[in-house]
Amino acid sequence: MKYLKKIYLAIIFLFLYAPIAVLIAQSFNASRYRGHWTGVTLDWYVKLFNDERIADAIANTLSIGLISASIATILGLITCVAMKEFSRKWRATFMSITNVPILNADIVTGISLMLLFMGLGLRLGYVSILLAHIVFNVPYVILCIMPQLMSLDKSFYEAALDLGASPLKAFTSVVLPELRPSIFAGFLLAFTMSADDFIITHFTKGAGVDTLTTEIYAELKIGIHPEMYALSTLVFLFVLVFVILFAINRRKLKKAEDVF
Amino acid sequence: MINRLTRNVLMTPFLIWAGLFIFIPLVYIIWFGVTDKAGNFSLDNMAMIFEKGFWNALTLSVWLAFVSTVVCLILAYPLCLILTERQRDNTTIISLLFILPLWMNSLLSTMAWQTILEGNGIINQFMRLFDLPALQMINTEGAIVVGMVYNYLPYMVLPLFITLSKIDRSILEAAHDLGANSWQTFYRVILPLSLPGAVSGITMVFIPALTTFVISAMLGGGKLLLIGNIIEQEFTFQYDWHLGCALSVILMIFIILNMLLTAAFDPIKEEEKD
Repeated sequence: MKYLKKIYLAIIFLFLYAPIAVLIAQSFNASRYRGHWTGVTLDWYVKLFNDERIADAIANTLSIGLISASIATILGLITCVAMKEFSRKWRATFMSITNVPILNADIVTGISLMLLFMGLGLRLGYVSILLAHIVFNVPYVILCIMPQLMSLDKSFYEAALDLGASPLKAFTSVVLPELRPSIFAGFLLAFTMSADDFIITHFTKGAGVDTLTTEIYAELKIGIHPEMYALSTLVFLFVLVFVILFAINRRKLKKAEDVF
Repeated sequence: MINRLTRNVLMTPFLIWAGLFIFIPLVYIIWFGVTDKAGNFSLDNMAMIFEKGFWNALTLSVWLAFVSTVVCLILAYPLCLILTERQRDNTTIISLLFILPLWMNSLLSTMAWQTILEGNGIINQFMRLFDLPALQMINTEGAIVVGMVYNYLPYMVLPLFITLSKIDRSILEAAHDLGANSWQTFYRVILPLSLPGAVSGITMVFIPALTTFVISAMLGGGKLLLIGNIIEQEFTFQYDWHLGCALSVILMIFIILNMLLTAAFDPIKEEEKD
């Protein structure tokens, strides 16, 4: 049974990592065509840093991700604080409104936002992508913050008020630090969703503005520039290192907890 | 915690936001769906779904989304059981490794599947190495299902993993003490307790699988059209927005049906306490 479990994990692992291995291999492939192996090269990594189109796409992806995640986090946090004070019935109603962009299909969200922007006379471009990303990011932030806010102990906040703190001061120095993990998780999730989104960006972007995903989609028809493989390999390594450091840190924390 | 006025003031930005960016866009799409180009009310575009090409695309989408959801559930359940068991032995890193591929760009990894499955792809090159006949894998329904399962498996794994790891170990020990064997413990205790996770996983896989146009375009070779491909084409090639919106409204009806269906099966209605 123990071997069976290990074999099962190995099969799923292979399934999940086979395409990633293919992408990493292609980033070192001298041929620019898929499936043709003509030797090892580091050219694509050098060219990656000289490619202006990719640099623009990276800049757009990062700035849209950071700005939309920040605004969504602020709006989500304010909304959560307000929602906590409503009766359960109202809260359930608000929560189902916030969930609409998550539950709805991306293609429907994308098209409906495009129609809105055109109806408002807003030119499709950077701003329209940014607004669309905030729209689908807010619900993820609320989903992360709301459970922790609901389980928060009110008495600390009330104690701070009794000791003479203003409501704002009590909130920023008592409630906010407690919420930090879920605010951070919400921000990270929002950034990830923004960076990985293709469908909604596809419908709300105008000519001339591209994020990484729409740039890749445009290249699919004419053949992907291998610089993209190099970029995705670098991103993968970066996340892998981040995850390993996180895991080591956690293990250390746990060990420290066990000691005390 | 805060008074009524502050509460209402804090709630206002979101309500304005939701009205402008959630409610009005939906009104727009429905309005376009039930009018013709002259702006008159007409259900002709909605009725187009019964045309042969559109109807075939819709049934194929529902079928492939259903198959992908079932495959994801079958793959994810044992995986999550094993991972939660291991998690108790303090090996977080293994669980993280199974979520890591989520950060790979989904367009690129779908294209990597193209490289693996195509006529001259990696699997077929292996087959030739052993003098086996080449397999026709790309541009089939199977290839689209592989792409969907690959892309949406994490959406099934995450909710299942969270609900399974929340199950108190002492409940399982109690079941054992009361004489249940491991199959009975699974069937009577773990399975019912994990149902909410499975239900949300099913919704989170079924809806993107039903509405995708990227995976089918890349692994279906442009011959197998899903309803998402047809809607996308109405906006980027045909420029018939009214038809595209009408088909989107029909898609929304399916999404609402799916949500009602999963809500009916969700055993826990309201668990938060005031």
